[in-house]
Amino acid sequence: MARTFSIRRQRGFTAIAMICFFALYLPIGVLVFYSFNAGQSLASFEGVSLRWFQKAFENQHVIDASLRSLQIAMTAAIISTVAATMAALATTRTEPYRGLTLKYAFINQPLMIPEIVTAVALLIFFARIKTWTGYSGLGYLIAAHTAFCIPFAYLPIRARLENMDLTLEKAAADLYATPWKAFRYVTLPLLWPGILAGFMLAFVISLDDVVITEFVKSAGQDTLPTYMLGQLRRAITPEMNAISTLFLLLSIGVVTVFFIVNRKRV
Amino acid sequence: MRDAAGLIEAEKNRDIRKRWLLSLPALLIILLAATGPLLIVLIYSFLTPGPYGDVQWLPSLDGWVSVALERDIFDDTLSLADAHISIFLRSVTLSLVTTLLTLIVGFPTAYFIATRPERTRELWLFLITIPFWTNLLIRTFAILEVIRNEGLINGLLMDAGLIARPIQMLFTDGAILTGMVYVYLPLMVLPLYASMEKLDFRLIEAGYDLYATPFKVLRKIIIPLVKPGIIAGSILVFIPALGAYVTPSILGGGKNMMLGNLIELQFGQGRNWPLGSALSITLMLIVMAALLVYVRNAGSQGSRHG
Repeated sequence: MARTFSIRRQRGFTAIAMICFFALYLPIGVLVFYSFNAGQSLASFEGVSLRWFQKAFENQHVIDASLRSLQIAMTAAIISTVAATMAALATTRTEPYRGLTLKYAFINQPLMIPEIVTAVALLIFFARIKTWTGYSGLGYLIAAHTAFCIPFAYLPIRARLENMDLTLEKAAADLYATPWKAFRYVTLPLLWPGILAGFMLAFVISLDDVVITEFVKSAGQDTLPTYMLGQLRRAITPEMNAISTLFLLLSIGVVTVFFIVNRKRV
Repeated sequence: MRDAAGLIEAEKNRDIRKRWLLSLPALLIILLAATGPLLIVLIYSFLTPGPYGDVQWLPSLDGWVSVALERDIFDDTLSLADAHISIFLRSVTLSLVTTLLTLIVGFPTAYFIATRPERTRELWLFLITIPFWTNLLIRTFAILEVIRNEGLINGLLMDAGLIARPIQMLFTDGAILTGMVYVYLPLMVLPLYASMEKLDFRLIEAGYDLYATPFKVLRKIIIPLVKPGIIAGSILVFIPALGAYVTPSILGGGKNMMLGNLIELQFGQGRNWPLGSALSITLMLIVMAALLVYVRNAGSQGSRHG
């Protein structure tokens, strides 16, 4: 055992890795620590208190923005997961056919373009539609989020499909299952972990988006990230830390579930 | 015989039609809310700015000309737009340095994770994944807390009596760089890990049997084998870094702009949508060029290994 360890060893790598983990978590740790600060200032810690959490919960802007964020993320994640599942079924387990590469390129396209460019494009496009139709609801944000969530939802679903056993569906067909029944009772249950992973990925990606939302939103449509961006540019109080801590908890929760779901695969 | 072939052919065509129908919703949504609007940006870059933002439908090349040149208000002569050029250079330099630094830190980290025993490996991977999933804005805010004048570093140094006045770290290029390395590091580690996980350690053992030093093993065996991961990680960091908007706007302030902020400015106070559009297309072209390099390299890599 000592021998296998020694051939894997590279001098200094472990030290750099430790520094890396430390550096990744130190700033987040400081951020969380100061959200419990009793004092007003960020410079000195004056004892433990939950007053900033309470303040955040009483702030109507924060509540509205959080609810709006969840509403958009939930809608966008559901629509994009359904669309991505259908697209994944259409693009896997087949001989190459005309247009398949084009589909891949198209579905992954939102990943290749810098966010700011998409944001600007949507700003222009939606501004036109707003003046034509007079509609200025949340639909624009939901459409934009759905579009950039599709590639993220698509990836785990496609990966899952490609590793799936084709013979099970053939067996179902041999037993006179209709294509729909074979899908409903064989494919879908097997695919489910992939769909769930895709959904969660889409949900978090939508929840975290700042740039596209900042450009597409109409007045009074702040999501939690764009509200925070606005606050960070003005005055920073420990209330920001408290909101960030809560947001962080939500993200960690989703990652943990994601990890557990993905582990079950084996 | 021909009928059977015809039947198979018809079945195949039906299958392909069904597949197009199935992928239609995803394709339509992306066309409407991501790819299609890019064409409008291209058109807008050739129009005249409107007085209050938006555009007038008069064709003009001014948007593109002002990407790199500026017109003298008195005699109409063109000269290089130093402000834009320096923002371009800053964006490219900062993104390249960010990519390099994340690689220098990320490579040993990914290697460390890949060489852990099965059981603890998952935990280390999980620790890298958490920051990856955490909101970029929150991570930028966390860096802000550390480096601002009343922040952690200045606070500690002043308490220790090492400095009398806070060192100005915020609103510098160094602050942008620190922030970008911090937020994009997981994007480098994850693809590096993915290719190191598949590393065949028997090759390394063979290297040592042939009296290679650890450094030689690293340079001649490990690095060539994980090259696809290095390229993938570099692309994944370079592209968002080049178009970064949130991190430079919070840590760089109004003076140290990057391309993303310059573009935003044209759609906000600048009220020059054609210029903003031309800048966006330029950014996209640089990214496309980077992707092309990636595809070329990945392609040659694939053919070499069969």
